[in-house]
Amino acid sequence: MAAITFNNVIKRYGKGKHELQVIHGVNAEISDGEFIVIVGPSGCGKSTLLRMVAGLEEISGGDIAIGNRVVNTLEPAERDIAMVFQNYALYPHMSVFDNMAYGLKIAKVPKDEIRARVAKAAAILELGPFLERKPRQLSGGQRQRVAMGRAIVRQPQVFLFDEPLSNLDAKLRAQTRLEIQKLHRELGITSLFVTHDQVEAMTLAQRMIVMNAGQMEQFGTPEEVYHRPASTFVASFIGSPPMNLLSTAPHVKTGTILGIRPEHLQIVPQPADTGWTVQVEAVEMLGAERLLYTRLDSEQLIVRVNEEQDLAPAIGARLHVVPQPDRLHWFDEATGKRL
Amino acid sequence: MMIERRPVLDFFTHVILLAGVVVIAFPVYLAFIASTQSAEQIASSHPLSLLPGNHVLDTYRLALFGGKTYGGATIAAGWPMMWVSLVVALTITIGKIAISLLSAFAIVYFRFPFKGAVFWMIFITLMLPVEVRIGPTYEVISNLGMLNSYAGLTVPLIASATATFLFRQFFLTVPDELVEAARIDGAGPMRFFFDVLLPLSKTSMAALFVIQFIYGWNQYLWPLMVTTSEDMYPIVLGIKRAIFGEVYIEWNVVMATAILAMLPPALVVILMQKWFVKGLVDTEK
Repeated sequence: MAAITFNNVIKRYGKGKHELQVIHGVNAEISDGEFIVIVGPSGCGKSTLLRMVAGLEEISGGDIAIGNRVVNTLEPAERDIAMVFQNYALYPHMSVFDNMAYGLKIAKVPKDEIRARVAKAAAILELGPFLERKPRQLSGGQRQRVAMGRAIVRQPQVFLFDEPLSNLDAKLRAQTRLEIQKLHRELGITSLFVTHDQVEAMTLAQRMIVMNAGQMEQFGTPEEVYHRPASTFVASFIGSPPMNLLSTAPHVKTGTILGIRPEHLQIVPQPADTGWTVQVEAVEMLGAERLLYTRLDSEQLIVRVNEEQDLAPAIGARLHVVPQPDRLHWFDEATGKRL
Repeated sequence: MMIERRPVLDFFTHVILLAGVVVIAFPVYLAFIASTQSAEQIASSHPLSLLPGNHVLDTYRLALFGGKTYGGATIAAGWPMMWVSLVVALTITIGKIAISLLSAFAIVYFRFPFKGAVFWMIFITLMLPVEVRIGPTYEVISNLGMLNSYAGLTVPLIASATATFLFRQFFLTVPDELVEAARIDGAGPMRFFFDVLLPLSKTSMAALFVIQFIYGWNQYLWPLMVTTSEDMYPIVLGIKRAIFGEVYIEWNVVMATAILAMLPPALVVILMQKWFVKGLVDTEK
């Protein structure tokens, strides 16, 4: 187990005129045993960052340390890491046992110990009955577990996960999420988990890195990220539906943006000084709650209401809403940063 | 578009298929029939009888082990030539597969200067078959003193753009993550080659084996150029020699030799059929 340090990490592709910088100086300290999720939209550089830790991409600037060792020039196998790939990357011609044992065989671990480690991992992941099978004879979920098993048997300092759940169906994904959490509790190995799915990020992370366009927008616990988003990007990326961002509505000073989450708006019978009057454009019924898509002059405002308390308003109806005063977020309009 | 099953259509498809079988199989049958008759029977009957004769053992013994015919002609033994053919075909096949696997591996997985140029140079040689470059190749082999040797018979035929290209295309379909997983597992390039790429290429190798074995076995022009000593003649040259060497052509022995020459490639195809088809149609990934 080990801490990971990113020190002004930069990634560039190409040279001269064709140079393209995709990671713009990431600084982060990850403590020993932490479960960190890196989340962001596609193309934000999250996978590149993970692959730089793995050693699959060169580091163009700055350095990455695992433990106290700068790993910039080390081969992946020397970094003491294990990685789970999005498509699992199992060796198709090897049995489940051989898939898990391959790295250990190369590392010349004694046969008895290989068998013991694989048996232990197989027990944890309930893969015992499948050890002799080939990957193509397994279901998607089982393959995913073999990929995790291959990572576990190496007993690495760091686990790297590259969107390992995106090929599973929704139900299996939720279940595997819980299993990964359990695994992390039991093994306590520092983990970096890349995903574009904010639900995965919120549920798995002890702390999360939100990335956008090669920049680290925020690094904090899911609570911090949700309740104190560092920028308008984070505010709109985390949370479903996203936070409402108003820049021209009444009560909003020019040059600032007001953020308010849909659940922090209340419908009141009379127009209020601190509130707004809006017009309902669409209603979505989500079971326990309802989403009202309303218009406030030129801006959209989503209001989340409890299904039991409020009757569904008619489309076109005018409503009076007030925000909870302690739930307001202010951002600078020019930089998008939190004020 | 699906074609409906209709009796009339069925009938015509079968007629066409049967016609195809006849066109391909009849000459083989004729060769076999001729090889079972005596030279006199062949020479005296016009047209050739389509029923097997009773000289099978005699003819095949002559074709395989050589000797004097009733007509007094001397027949050279066929089996040493078959042995030469077998060694040559296997060397060419295995050599081609080995070299092509390695060059495709280099082209797909390594970064080196002028990689694109190297690939295109290999690819362009596809347009230069043995026959086109036979003059200069002969010059080289002759200057190296490799005439009348297995090396001379095989080495110039081993380099193969076709096989290199085939393996390159196959390697390109192997997912990058597999390479990355192997790197994380600590497998160096050669380890990855032997432990992952080779087993995955098994079916492609089998398909190539069949094609290249037949290619090597059927070589005629090149052996004709580089061999002058009879003990280095492959069987295909043996047939030619039986036809042109003597005053009086023993057609039965010629046909028996032809049938014998056909057997090993046929065996290879039959035994490897399952793998061959698999290698051509599916990519096990």
